[in-house]
Amino acid sequence: MSLKLNYSMSLANSYGLTKTQKIASAVGILGLFILVLALFNVQFPNKATTLTIALSLMFVGTIWFSNSLYLNKSKGIKNDGVWFKSLSSRGLVGWLIGVVLTLFYIVLYFYPQYLGLAQKGEENTGLVALFDPLSQLLSGRDASQWFVYGTLYTVAILVFGYKFILKYRHNRYEQIRTISVMFFQLAFAFLIPEFMYVMNSDLPYYDLKNIWPLNYYNFESYRVKAFISAGNIGLAMLIFGIVSIFVITPILTYKYGKRWYCSWVCGCGGLAETAGDSFRQLSDKSQFAWKVERWVIHSVLVFVVLMTTAVIHSYLGNDTSKYWLTRSSFLIFVASFLTLIFVGTFIFKRKELAKDAKYGAIGYFVIIMSLFALHYFSKDNTLFLFKSESLRKSYGFLIGSIFSGVIGTGFYPIFGNRVWCRFGCPMAAILGFQQRLFSKFRITTNGGQCISCGNCSTYCEMGIDVRAYAQKGENIVRSSCVGCGICSAVCPRGVLKLENDSMKGRINPNEILLGNDVDLMDLVNQK
Amino acid sequence: MEHIAIIGNGISGVTLARHIRKLSNKKITIISAESDYFFSRTALMYVYMGHMKFEHTQPYENWFWKKNNIELKKGFVNEIDTDNNTLHFAEGDQMSYDKLVIATGSKPNKFGWPGEDLKGVQGLYSKQDLEHLEIYAPNNKVCKRAVIVGGGLIGIELAEMLNSRNIPVTFLVRESSFWNSVLPEGESQMINRHIKNHHIDLRLSTNLKEIISDDNGKVKSIIIEETGEEIPCDFVGLTAGVTPNISFLKESNIETNKGVLVNRFLETNINDVYAIGDCAEQRQAIGNRRPIEAVWYTGRMMGETLAQTICGNKLEYKPGHWFNSAKFLDIEYQTYGWVNGKKGKPDYEAHFHWKHDDDTKCITIAYHRDTNKFLGINTFGIRLRHEVFDKWLTEKRDLDFVINHLEQANFDPEFYKRFENEIKEKYNNTLQTN
Repeated sequence: MSLKLNYSMSLANSYGLTKTQKIASAVGILGLFILVLALFNVQFPNKATTLTIALSLMFVGTIWFSNSLYLNKSKGIKNDGVWFKSLSSRGLVGWLIGVVLTLFYIVLYFYPQYLGLAQKGEENTGLVALFDPLSQLLSGRDASQWFVYGTLYTVAILVFGYKFILKYRHNRYEQIRTISVMFFQLAFAFLIPEFMYVMNSDLPYYDLKNIWPLNYYNFESYRVKAFISAGNIGLAMLIFGIVSIFVITPILTYKYGKRWYCSWVCGCGGLAETAGDSFRQLSDKSQFAWKVERWVIHSVLVFVVLMTTAVIHSYLGNDTSKYWLTRSSFLIFVASFLTLIFVGTFIFKRKELAKDAKYGAIGYFVIIMSLFALHYFSKDNTLFLFKSESLRKSYGFLIGSIFSGVIGTGFYPIFGNRVWCRFGCPMAAILGFQQRLFSKFRITTNGGQCISCGNCSTYCEMGIDVRAYAQKGENIVRSSCVGCGICSAVCPRGVLKLENDSMKGRINPNEILLGNDVDLMDLVNQK
Repeated sequence: MEHIAIIGNGISGVTLARHIRKLSNKKITIISAESDYFFSRTALMYVYMGHMKFEHTQPYENWFWKKNNIELKKGFVNEIDTDNNTLHFAEGDQMSYDKLVIATGSKPNKFGWPGEDLKGVQGLYSKQDLEHLEIYAPNNKVCKRAVIVGGGLIGIELAEMLNSRNIPVTFLVRESSFWNSVLPEGESQMINRHIKNHHIDLRLSTNLKEIISDDNGKVKSIIIEETGEEIPCDFVGLTAGVTPNISFLKESNIETNKGVLVNRFLETNINDVYAIGDCAEQRQAIGNRRPIEAVWYTGRMMGETLAQTICGNKLEYKPGHWFNSAKFLDIEYQTYGWVNGKKGKPDYEAHFHWKHDDDTKCITIAYHRDTNKFLGINTFGIRLRHEVFDKWLTEKRDLDFVINHLEQANFDPEFYKRFENEIKEKYNNTLQTN
């Protein structure tokens, strides 16, 4: 995530900008401009001071801008002109920002030397070098392109989080949620990993809230080795990584829905909700997009499960006397676990799954067959014809870099701010599966009060046609819902409420809405 | 196959069509001259304000109609020949039907003001009204000031819309306080203050005398009845209520008054011709309801009900407990049961009123003076559950019960500040000490 784009958006479009707002934008852009100068290798006398000034200008500019934009208006929904602004309606500004963001990501992932990353034995130059003092301060080593990215990412979440909090200053759910993502980004993604490095430099970088399979590389050989060789603390972290997905995640998702992660903790979600807030209305609401979404996201899930299994399989041995976990026992374990989930779901939830059963079965079948293949046909770490290493690499390239970064963030101004979360994130797929079937979370609709205006659907960043449910008086129980709460906020008639309640009666389709003839409601709805 | 023709593709007509399709495989045609597809009229304001694009106001994707075998016909019916079951279109073609449903909605009221048909003078109801608004009030350079005549729900929405484009608004309200023919005094006055806080020039107890034209037949200014003051303006919004949109029925045999007269089965005087929604007028009002109810929800309910009748299960239109909602600039409003303003308030109706210090939240609970029976609640800035109040009204709960169980009805988002204790405290201090 690069800040330049978000600043220039404010400037480039003059829809209703006051003089103060223009000056504030200029201040922010000046900060950004210093970074651009650094990118082109302009030598600054004191890097520490320069970086401090640049970042401060960005903070001051955005905070000043937000104050001027929101604080002198009454509290309430602030969506005036969203579809008239070039920035937020796929106008020229939106496209330009999309292109620049995309290029930034391509350079970041594939050509970090252009950002100034040192080649072997040399010193950092350019933009990366500008961040050396901050990196030295935090962890005593020089910056990498990832440190630069992490810093800018965190700055973006903080400044735009502030803006978001002001925008929704009538809404405590939005405020608390945003403070939460700002905290988790600053502490868990940015500071703690640096401090952990200072304490024990053998530990691999580990953002503790970044859970497998979002963190698809968490169980790779080099990391597992590093965890184990780092002693108790490393082992604890490895165990935490496993417990996160198999214990903590199911419990919290059962109680609160997937929102506890996607819009309260996750970094990708954090960026989408803050810096990406201006683009939430661009998500595609069509039924076609929903179909594509389900195919793509679940394919990614199957891919990551297979990839991870193959990778772990590749570094396990066959000899039980050396280590209790062998290749075959690992495969049997994975297969049994998946079977347990598959069978359990079909026994307890078959009524709700009538239509999706086929697809679930296909996914399950593909995985199981692949596991068999892995067992019987793997020689020299190959799965079919592919090495597990190349499977991992192609996942990292296709999903980790292209999908989550280049498309996921670069295309914010075109496809909306949750493209990655909606179509790509395997973690979201797992959480969503549970949210749909085993969770107390739902969005309750308020009797017959819906007027089908469509604000909820328009502002749903996940492309859920919320209105389709609300106008039927039906609660919204959708696997993709991240619980951002904006549908409820923008509803002019108080129809939607996010809540956790009992599982019973959670899904309640109605033909006739509350308010009509009681006998008619009974007649039609009880069928 | 029986052919059901529905004139009007608003919420009433479309709800009817959808429900007929669920119950039968009759041939269904929805006729409209206004738009190709069903859209949510209540959302037009958000299109002007830039919150949504027009296509976002369409609750169903365009493939929906074909998939459900509902035919859409764009055309304007200017004559109905009920003897031969035939519709005649302004475009010259004809269509025969077996059953006909009139669901043509409303049009803005005009009371014969001089100049009411000038360019730049209009109501806000149809898609075309929105298009005209974009011509006459696109921004504050073309429209240096707008005047709105009529202080009801559409008036305040229009004020909010114009305000969003920084067009100065003068808002003429006939009553001594905003919408106080419906709202109790405390609420109405809170909204007065809220309107003024948005820099809208609210003029209470003020009537329009006439609208003055410029040389091109476009509005130039308006004159106020009481003071004779002339206010220069480029746009005049007429929002003094709506009236059924049925002038095309004049020559037909269908009996009308203000609206199309219907009995409790939504049947007109002609066999196999029905009317629903805003344009239907009950021969006898139902309960406390008005004979004509120009409300989204009632239109939908009539559609749900008539579908049963048309598909063979003859059913009376029997709406449940009254409810409604609106939004006044930043303040949401919901109502359940009956709470009357000064005008229509029966003697037995007493009110308990609580208002928050920030002047954007309040509730009014109506109860029976003698029996304490709960009659209804108005809520501003606090969301309440429809289901809970519907139940309490059915169970004929009393005021005490409602006050003491208010937290069960809360529908505000999580982590919102709650006010039940404050309300209870005020209740205990005011009512029980008396």
